[in-house]
Amino acid sequence: MRRGITATALAATLALAATACGGDGDSGGGGSAGGELSGTVTWWDTSTVGSEDKVFKKLAEGFTKQHPKVKVNYVNVPFGEAQNKFKNAAQSGSGAPDVIRSEVAWTPEFADLGYLAPLDGTPALKDDADFLPQAAASTKYDDKTYAVPQVIDSMGIFYNKKIFKDAGVEVPTNIGELKSVSKQIKDRTGKTGLYLRGDDAYWFLSFLYGEGGDLVDAGAKKVTVDDAAGVKAMTVVKDLVDSGAATTDATDGWENMQAAFRDGKVAMIINGPWAVADTYTGAQFKDKANLGIAPVPAGSAAQGAPQGGHNLAVYAGSKNLNASYAFAEYMTSAESQATVAKELSLLPTRNSVYARPEVADNEIVGFFKPVVDKAVERPWIPETGSLFAPLVTEYTKVLTGQTTPRKGVEATGDSYRDLLKDWK
Amino acid sequence: MTVHTSRSPGPDAAGDGAGRRGTGRGTDPGTGRGAARGKGRGSGPGADRGSGRGAGRSAGQGAGRGSGAPAGRLRRAVTTHWYAWAMVAPVVAVIGVIIGYPLVRGVYLSLTDADERNVERSIGVNHLPATYEFVGLDNYADALTGSQFLSTLGWTLVWTVSCVGVTFALGLGLANMLNRRIAGRSVYRMLLILPWAVPGFVSVFAWRFLYNEDRGFLNRLLAGGGIDAVPWLNDPTWAKFSVIAVNVWLGVPFMMVALLGGLQSIPGELYEAAEMDGAGAWQRFRHITMPGLRAVSTTVVLLSTIWTFNMFPVIFLLTRGGPGEATQILVTQAYKFSFEISPRDFAQSSTWGVLILVLLMLFAAVYRRVLVKQGDTW
Repeated sequence: MRRGITATALAATLALAATACGGDGDSGGGGSAGGELSGTVTWWDTSTVGSEDKVFKKLAEGFTKQHPKVKVNYVNVPFGEAQNKFKNAAQSGSGAPDVIRSEVAWTPEFADLGYLAPLDGTPALKDDADFLPQAAASTKYDDKTYAVPQVIDSMGIFYNKKIFKDAGVEVPTNIGELKSVSKQIKDRTGKTGLYLRGDDAYWFLSFLYGEGGDLVDAGAKKVTVDDAAGVKAMTVVKDLVDSGAATTDATDGWENMQAAFRDGKVAMIINGPWAVADTYTGAQFKDKANLGIAPVPAGSAAQGAPQGGHNLAVYAGSKNLNASYAFAEYMTSAESQATVAKELSLLPTRNSVYARPEVADNEIVGFFKPVVDKAVERPWIPETGSLFAPLVTEYTKVLTGQTTPRKGVEATGDSYRDLLKDWK
Repeated sequence: MTVHTSRSPGPDAAGDGAGRRGTGRGTDPGTGRGAARGKGRGSGPGADRGSGRGAGRSAGQGAGRGSGAPAGRLRRAVTTHWYAWAMVAPVVAVIGVIIGYPLVRGVYLSLTDADERNVERSIGVNHLPATYEFVGLDNYADALTGSQFLSTLGWTLVWTVSCVGVTFALGLGLANMLNRRIAGRSVYRMLLILPWAVPGFVSVFAWRFLYNEDRGFLNRLLAGGGIDAVPWLNDPTWAKFSVIAVNVWLGVPFMMVALLGGLQSIPGELYEAAEMDGAGAWQRFRHITMPGLRAVSTTVVLLSTIWTFNMFPVIFLLTRGGPGEATQILVTQAYKFSFEISPRDFAQSSTWGVLILVLLMLFAAVYRRVLVKQGDTW
């Protein structure tokens, strides 16, 4: 009898465990009952925690005011992890958000993998003629629109005006000046000139563009990272670090860069509008006027920074597509963009927003708008998001002296040719 | 088991095998099963072999008679032990699902060209079928002829040997110290076990903060002594040193506790007798302690080698394999193929996984053989 009880208990436990495994699938149950949106919209935001996230959370939850029956579930996923996390969730079909803040280079890749819902003809795209053409470009893949542009950005030199004054130097406009200015800063104030991020190849792009190079030439289907300009650019960044003009790290680059700049240990960083709110939290920038912004230094051939930004994309497997479309529209509307530009100095993707007084008066936005207009647009192919992983490995190897600039870009080029079948 | 079977006298074993095969082809499937069972327990005493041979003979004489005995035994085993089998069945099923299926699936993927773009995906209404193809052993050929696998393997071996070597030496030293009667012994023991009590990822993150070049505690300490900042995780050579140091720090408590247990099982009379005979401290250590620890130390070295070889969290959380790929070991590289690069290369990742498994199995087999040769019953 006792045995029988044990066996029954065992069977019951197994059955319980099995049902527990099968029991997920929240977030849904929505739709538009009688024209009114309801249910839950889960949004994965990737903005910087501690500064940007508060504004976005508040804005996202404001959606409920327009649609009282919809609950917005705001989730902040660290930018560095979001791409992989979304891919995992999207592929397995469980745990994926309804709406994701997708970096411009991720968008064509997600679309190519079939993870995103096409938005043409849905309420998500409203007044789409108002979007800046370069912002809208990254949302198109295979003649369909897969995302709505949320913010657009590029990069510039952020500098600490006080340190520059103490050292008696002007903002460098090219690499040569960058080196001499850094040396004077070091000599006169003991601080390091530039913090160069060594663990993320996105920070290498402005040096590559400065030498007239690019990662790939999508028009000619050609890998260009390993040509002469690529070698030169690697040599330039290596020389900046070796000569002491710049300091770098192979890990924790973002935190170290921001901490060093906020605390006034380095005079310059290269960064984009997304870093402004975080920079203002530093002791050196209690007086916001101490932060100066200038164009990235020119190389021997050109001056250019990458065009970046973020889109809002709707997951194709969302159980609440209608509310998700409406949410994407709400977050990218002119009103929402104006709020974000005013509070976080992030650049709107709608032409009309720049004319609003609260945006037109914003100094950071005013500086970056012309930079964005001239920024180098990357090819919006599905592989664009894949180009960084091989490059960052070699970039870090070059900076830490494990390989030469030439071998570094050659190894990168080889991986690109594996990735992009039939390219030269 | 195979070792024992191969030790059985040559001609006999050959006849045996042939007999079984003959039966297997025979008409009665029951005989085949019986023979297979006989083979499965090949290491057993003569009686078992006898049954196998009986089945072999029956192939010539008449399948019916020979098959009776093993099938009957099977039935008897089922009737007397059915409850045990029923109790074991869920475990077997669960292990089959959670270990067997992924293993088989991994091996299969390593023989295909599966990546993120061609595996089956089901997203809402979109259903994309799998389009990857079987490519045979191409992935293995690529891995073994390319430089990446071999150079990663080289560093993985250096990492494993230095971690296990240093951990064992330190663990042995500490265990010997704490085996003496010193004041506050139990306090020291508790303190030394602490690294083990803290969750691994927490301590690795703590170390990452300590190692930070500009803001880390270690460099501030050095700066206080007037020493220049050390690029703990930013220089390839220092990074290798740093990851090994953290893994040793994490691994010493286990070694120490295991060896301390071993030390306490060595009878004190042996030391007393040795002292009477005038043996010095080193002689006592060499001839009593070391042999006395043999059983424990062989086991912990094997376990520690396997753990260290596959020590994912330390490398991944400390350096992510960087700078560049300086500290990338086989498992972290396999993870990178599967989760960090895009498109995710599931085939190559599985290939590396299978190769890791094969390497560790080879190591365990060789290690065991060496021990058996040295007369250990293991």
